[in-house]
Amino acid sequence: MKSLANRPVNPVVGVPVSHESADLHVTGEALYTDDLIVRSANVLHAWPVQAPHAHALVESLNTEAALGIPGVVRVLTAADVPGTNDAGIKHDEPLFPSEVMFYGHAVCWVLGDTLEAARLGAEAVQVDYRPLPSLLTLTEAMEAESFQGNQPTLTRGEADTALAAAAHRYSGDIEFGGQEHFYLETHASFVYVDEGGQILVHCSTQHPSETQEIVAHVLGLQSSEVTVQCLRMGGGFGGKEMQPHGYAAIAALGATLTGRPVRLRLTRTQDITLSGKRHPFHARWEAGFDEEGRIQALKATLTSDGGWSLDLSEPVLARALCHIDNSYWIPNVEVHGRIAKTNKTSQTAFRGFGGPQGMFVIEDILGRCAPLLGLDAGELRKRNLYVPGQSTPYGQPVRHAERLHAIWQQLHDRADVERRREEIERFNASHPHLRRALAVTPVKFGISFNLTAFNQAGALVHVYKDGSILINHGGTEMGQGLHTKMRQVAATALGVPLEIVRLAPTRTDKVPNTSATAASSGADLNGGAVKNACDQIRDRLAEVAARKLNIHPDDVRFANGIVTGIGFSDPGIPFADLARDAYFQRVSLWAAGYYRTEGLHWDSARMQGEPFKYFSYGAAVSEVEVDGFTGAYRQLRTDIVHDVGDSLSPLIDVGQIEGGFVQGAGWLTLEELRWDVSDGPHRGRLASQSASTYKLPSFSEMPEEFNVHLFEKATEDGVVYGSKAVGEPPIMLAFSVREALRQAAAAFGPGDREVELASPATPEAVYWAITRAREAQATRDAEAAAQADPIPFPVPAPAH
Amino acid sequence: MERIQVTVNGQVRSCDGVSPHTNLLDWLRDEGLTGSKEGCAEGECGACAVMVSRPDGSDGSRWTSVNACLPPALVFDGQEVVTAEGLGTAPGACAVRKLHPVQQEMAERGGSQCGYCTPGFVCSMAAEYYRPERTTKASSNANSRAADGEAPDGSAQTGTSVVGEEHATDHETGPNGFDLHALSGNLCRCTGYRPIRDAAYALSTPEGTDPLLRRQDSPAPLARPTNSTAGGARFVRPQTMDELFGLLENTPEAKLVSGGTDLGVEINLRHSRPSLVLAIDRLEPLRVLTVGADRIDIGAALTLSEVERGLDGRVPLLNQLFPQFASRLIRNAASFGGNLATGSPIGDSAPALLALNASVLLASGNGEREIPLSEYYTGYRQSVRKPGELLRAVRIPLPLAGQTAFYKIAKRRFDDISSVAVGFALQLDGDTVSSVRIGVGGVAATPIRALRTEQALLNQPWTYELLADAAAIMATEGTPIDDLRASARYRSAMLEQSMLRFYAQTQPATLEV
Repeated sequence: MKSLANRPVNPVVGVPVSHESADLHVTGEALYTDDLIVRSANVLHAWPVQAPHAHALVESLNTEAALGIPGVVRVLTAADVPGTNDAGIKHDEPLFPSEVMFYGHAVCWVLGDTLEAARLGAEAVQVDYRPLPSLLTLTEAMEAESFQGNQPTLTRGEADTALAAAAHRYSGDIEFGGQEHFYLETHASFVYVDEGGQILVHCSTQHPSETQEIVAHVLGLQSSEVTVQCLRMGGGFGGKEMQPHGYAAIAALGATLTGRPVRLRLTRTQDITLSGKRHPFHARWEAGFDEEGRIQALKATLTSDGGWSLDLSEPVLARALCHIDNSYWIPNVEVHGRIAKTNKTSQTAFRGFGGPQGMFVIEDILGRCAPLLGLDAGELRKRNLYVPGQSTPYGQPVRHAERLHAIWQQLHDRADVERRREEIERFNASHPHLRRALAVTPVKFGISFNLTAFNQAGALVHVYKDGSILINHGGTEMGQGLHTKMRQVAATALGVPLEIVRLAPTRTDKVPNTSATAASSGADLNGGAVKNACDQIRDRLAEVAARKLNIHPDDVRFANGIVTGIGFSDPGIPFADLARDAYFQRVSLWAAGYYRTEGLHWDSARMQGEPFKYFSYGAAVSEVEVDGFTGAYRQLRTDIVHDVGDSLSPLIDVGQIEGGFVQGAGWLTLEELRWDVSDGPHRGRLASQSASTYKLPSFSEMPEEFNVHLFEKATEDGVVYGSKAVGEPPIMLAFSVREALRQAAAAFGPGDREVELASPATPEAVYWAITRAREAQATRDAEAAAQADPIPFPVPAPAH
Repeated sequence: MERIQVTVNGQVRSCDGVSPHTNLLDWLRDEGLTGSKEGCAEGECGACAVMVSRPDGSDGSRWTSVNACLPPALVFDGQEVVTAEGLGTAPGACAVRKLHPVQQEMAERGGSQCGYCTPGFVCSMAAEYYRPERTTKASSNANSRAADGEAPDGSAQTGTSVVGEEHATDHETGPNGFDLHALSGNLCRCTGYRPIRDAAYALSTPEGTDPLLRRQDSPAPLARPTNSTAGGARFVRPQTMDELFGLLENTPEAKLVSGGTDLGVEINLRHSRPSLVLAIDRLEPLRVLTVGADRIDIGAALTLSEVERGLDGRVPLLNQLFPQFASRLIRNAASFGGNLATGSPIGDSAPALLALNASVLLASGNGEREIPLSEYYTGYRQSVRKPGELLRAVRIPLPLAGQTAFYKIAKRRFDDISSVAVGFALQLDGDTVSSVRIGVGGVAATPIRALRTEQALLNQPWTYELLADAAAIMATEGTPIDDLRASARYRSAMLEQSMLRFYAQTQPATLEV
């Protein structure tokens, strides 16, 4: 009964409930950081001075004219920093830089009585720049050998030998783009010095403890002098793991210097041009297969575009390397990783954290090689799935590998894949200008922070004398439903109805030294801590109840707000009555909970170990229809079977899966970051810097039919109430869309050729893939016609 | 001077002293109504959406969803605005749970995750909930794609959907008549949209006693003669064309605001601060819609949604244009006048109107003149319109050509900016092309006619051989460039392909093998 995974009877976890703030969301009453400012007087507004160079030295900075603008109160520069002029944990991100490292880099900030005054002030600041040569593209950086951070290598077996011996050997390279987080709420901080002299930082941050640390060290203070609160975020997706700290520090600096509250909220364009994104990658690879299509060896070099500073580029790269196998057994592996240093925003965490980039490479390889091997791509993938007993290239056993096969089969059955393949063939034969295709791709994603120390969490649970319950934990709410799950966990652990568990906003003065709410680990870690706190309280209450019921404490049961014994005749005590009794018996009714994930180890130098608590599994099948005239396409149907263990909150989990899938499909098909890589005056400028130029998936990109099924009987031992993490893995289910697009484009030509598809697979990218397929068909047709005794070849209908 | 007042959620609030450059969203938030959010400040994301009461026919009104981030708050002097806060209440210390049906469905079906976009979605959805034409249709095929990919009917009728699009319409209309395009201007980064669609399609019909429903039975508030100076700029809502012309004559650099979808972006993103803003959206001469025997006149300040309803399918080419033009939130505010006057080479209305051989009526204190749209543009965002002149109406000659099509090439199907847009209008006399007009956007500094292609087609037999030649010419029209939306090469290819696609659309036989 005390095992973390075991559920009591009638648990509140596992019940589908709405997001705990849903009523507040729909009525507009839910407050976000920037909604707080109307509650304060004398608020100052901040506006950055952004440099118009990709790389330059700041030769001089004159703020005099700005200070002459009515309403401008102060210009914050490096000279104002009492502590350390640095906003990054790697100490390579000066808050006020003397060297501009990317186009739009903020060199100083203006505070004004109004946002308009601050903006006009920023326009009036005079900065002299000395432009320097810049590196923008991965190609430029690789040629110049401009790298930063470590260069890990993941090896197993003898890749070279196995490649030489392989029946089929292919190679290629591909570069694929990054992704803007485009949380609907841009970065926002609101800071004032409170009545106790505490620096109170309201911040839209996934990592309040680190925001606290950075603010403290910029201000030259101790962490205890700074409190960070995050009410909720309007989306995070990894973009608020490291990136909010500097903005919070600017606002905090302004608040301490002026004695007035300071609000810093980025406009959309400021947010896109200032903040880091998903890392673009380049991959060069060589793969060997045996006669049956089994992968024998993979040799690859992955180069990520880290931008101007390290940020989280090293762990992102490590995770990319650790996921290049996706769900496939690759006996011989040699993968090198390196991080390019370019004059772009500092790329950072984004849902999946390198995992998607690693998997992209192997899925691209399989999609390209399947026709060359004469195999259906789905069959090729299936043949290579891990089986029980195998381990990853970094030496972690693939526990529950049988689930991959069970999910694969369930998905094919539920989605009626075989019948639909036949339908698709019929459809394509009768539609000269359209092609449909479906593709199945699997996901295996490792859960835990690669860095072992981050896998800990805390919680603070109060039971009041009236039996009401207030919980705090170290995780942040960004829409993923963590707070909903934590309330369900507490209600389950204390055996009370969900309604009496209230949750207070995340604050560093309630739970200290927290890890980022990231790596999908929020519910695992904080759920463990909340449960631990609740278990402590419940155990104490059980003693009180046992005395009253005259039974052994082990026989006390907590359910539905009633505390009783295990016998049918034992009387019940309302939870509130028991709480009051406990108070009068001087039994503590609150507890600090703590959790650390057991059994993890990781040697980052050797890239070996067992960094993950477990793997999340899933698979998706997507069907698309491509228009031969334009390359435009529709996502007709997607089916997903995904393993979330025993779900803590099914409505929340399905929401994470659907949302992650569509976000992944956005990255792979639509979302395109376009930088000015010319040698013109705006070299380095991000052209897609607004919602009108950077397009997110809208309703038109949702699969028209969308079925998500949670894999059943999936209890995960050693995790809170048998659940599994869900935040990131579904992103990677979207490879099914990209692979379906590849196959649909291929269907305009002969079926035995390698089809390259640029990423993102925009309509234009698909159109060029179609064009190449048609050209190949035309060549074949011409060759066939030229032969004296032409071999009959099934020619698809002419596609004009 | 009369006080400036806006009724928000039934409560009258003073708007005195508000700058003409302050948009409705910022004003609402300064008033403490922080439910509406800024996600982009350019009318792309819909997080700021609210409902406003707009005229509908002679004696009714209509709750209309608009982006609050674009129009100046002063535009709403005397008007009624409803935000998410006004639709319902969450439970709290002094409040009981009282959710609007739209909010109820959204909350219970998982329609919100981070919640930031949600108030905007709720307002867009509520406006559609109250749309008088929303009728309950049979639910048989609304939620499932026809199992077998049926061959299209291949009708050669003008205005039929393009190959492969027919099943899409099913998915874009709920069993309750809910038009998914009502949400085309709202972005959600969290949910993947499925639960939001489910919420929309689960809505029933408003109760007869619903006060917002009943409000639609009476006229929208009249426009008031707003005249205000604040923040160093002046805002005037002239009551007559003469007053407008007088103001324009004195201050030719004045900015006109109808829906604000262009001016709002200029102010928010490019920090333009015009000294005089003139509201023209309620001037009756700019709101005419007349269908005569030989022409249709469309007032320049009618919103695209109003034109869409007013024409009711009368112009098939425009019927194809409307759902592809920006989003419902934008079409509820934007006008043909604004889209043409701003002169963007990628505006979507010009290619369609060029194909329709439309002209524009330019009015000033000195009278009115008619200029063919094909002669209107003189360069990038430049036209023959003189200072002090305004675009009063668009004129489409009748009869319409027999075969028309509008193709928009963009990355995203809902609410995107065209890489290339092409309008076709073709008249066949037997098998011979007796007239043809092709309007193209996105391949030159202005919207253009594909004159050389037209020349190659005119008086020729409408055959595939002709088409292949014409398509090759079409590919060379304009001077397309590489930009972030598309490469020049793709743009040229799309010109060629649009010709082939148009031909396929007019030739049902080629669709079957």
